[in-house]
Amino acid sequence: MVSAEPPIKAGTPSIEEVEATIQRNLSRRETQARVSSVLYPTLLVAVLLVLWEALTRAFHIPQFLLPAPTAVLSSLAAHADLLLKHLWITTLEIAFGFGLSIVVGVPLALAIFLWPPFARSIFPLLVSSQAMPKVAVAPLLLVWFGFGLLPKVLIAFLIAFFPVVINTAVGLSAIEREKIYLAWSMGLSGTATFFKIRLPNALPSIFGGLKISVTLAVVGAVVGEFVGGDAGLGYLLMVANGSMDTPLLFADLLVLTALGVAFFMLVELAERIALPPHAKGATAGTMQSM
Amino acid sequence: MSETLMSASRADAGAPEPYLTIESLSKVYATHNGPVRALDRVSLTAGRGEFLSILGPSGCGKSTLLMIAGGLVGASSGTVSIGGRIINKPRTDLGIVFQSPVLLEWRTALGNIMLQAEARNLDRGTALARAKELLAAVGLKGFEDKYPHELSGGMRQRVSICRSLIHNPPQLLMDEPFGALDALTRDQLVLDIQQIWNELRTTVLFVTHSVAEAVFLSDRIVVMTPRPGTIDCIIDVELPRPRTLAMREGPEFAGYSRQIFDRLLARGVLHEH
Repeated sequence: MVSAEPPIKAGTPSIEEVEATIQRNLSRRETQARVSSVLYPTLLVAVLLVLWEALTRAFHIPQFLLPAPTAVLSSLAAHADLLLKHLWITTLEIAFGFGLSIVVGVPLALAIFLWPPFARSIFPLLVSSQAMPKVAVAPLLLVWFGFGLLPKVLIAFLIAFFPVVINTAVGLSAIEREKIYLAWSMGLSGTATFFKIRLPNALPSIFGGLKISVTLAVVGAVVGEFVGGDAGLGYLLMVANGSMDTPLLFADLLVLTALGVAFFMLVELAERIALPPHAKGATAGTMQSM
Repeated sequence: MSETLMSASRADAGAPEPYLTIESLSKVYATHNGPVRALDRVSLTAGRGEFLSILGPSGCGKSTLLMIAGGLVGASSGTVSIGGRIINKPRTDLGIVFQSPVLLEWRTALGNIMLQAEARNLDRGTALARAKELLAAVGLKGFEDKYPHELSGGMRQRVSICRSLIHNPPQLLMDEPFGALDALTRDQLVLDIQQIWNELRTTVLFVTHSVAEAVFLSDRIVVMTPRPGTIDCIIDVELPRPRTLAMREGPEFAGYSRQIFDRLLARGVLHEH
């Protein structure tokens, strides 16, 4: 037998009221999450800085060992011109090194994807080029290209291009067979399939590679300056170290970190522009749950 | 072989004009453990406008048969032909629905359907109108601008069905299209498919392992044997159309199901304790 639905008890809130409450709670929680995601890390850094400042003062730690945050800041202000000058040089090296990684890496990956014999020939070379420590090649590049911008750009490129090649090649080949069947059944040409399906399908993987690559380019540029530089933040690190100007060294590190973050965020921005809302929606979801 | 005899004896009693002809089709895969036989000399014809289901256990090569029929996978021997013309490259006179929706994540529901129109250079205005009409027909009105990740599994599969139909293909290939969906969604989609097929009368090859779906939708059901896939028998379903949910519980429907289950029992696909 089919029984009717039991009656609703008097005094229970209507579904509209429940709905409004739940919805209000959600937006409150979201606002709280947004505020805390900025506030908490800021607070943590502030606490650490205060602790650091207090410790260096309390124990009279010599400045060349560990300068107080205030000393670093005043050094940063005092050497602003110097730091900016060297910042510009390093920025150029990273930009060109990273740019070259894309300009060489993406076509190389394309050739690897399109032409299997080429892939088979180049892969052992590529892999061994990665096994070789690039820092060890730096002196050779200096001998060949002198002390200017070029050897640093090349070292940055050598360190940074591998993830671009691998991630692009993997992204292009990793595709569901059905998507290709689908393209065939629609009569899409090879070129159209590439641009409408394969390339957009590979973009998340390509951007993954670019993000690794850009951080490596920063390392490469600094390494190049260590080995044979007369300018740049890496060179300035060596100078500050040599003259035991530890506050300047810290100030330099601060600028270098900011530069690395700026480059990374630039790539993220490009990713957000290149990948339409579908990816944004997906990542926003995971960020919220974190 | 007895199964070829059976299929031959059932052949084309008053069937419509043949559209798709499959002749002595075999497919063997080479592996490191030796060759694997997927299909063994399968012969089959589908009439124009016919709804033909291919039913069998997992691994009987029914999906392979469908992909070969679409020209997407090559046969090891034997032929597939359309109106006498032998197929040796991917066919474009069809729509395909795969087991998974295979939507492009970066395109909206409407954008995914329109890919078919773009690829075929259909008139954009007409295609847009038709795409919206199809979405409405499968209950997705208002979801045009949603991205796949914002849709449920059933909704995504509906979008994929719309994509396979926007160009009014003379042939529809469906590879276990409802395999990953829940029972109620399947029921609704089966009703939707019947309605759409009733309007378009396109030739459908429908691969499934659901006896109920096959009986509900088909004009004929090809029952396949376990690997290597051969045709066990072909059953004509003569239930009146449109078929209803009530009909599914009736004695005639049960009779067809029983016939199929008997074959599956006889072949050892199923066994009662």
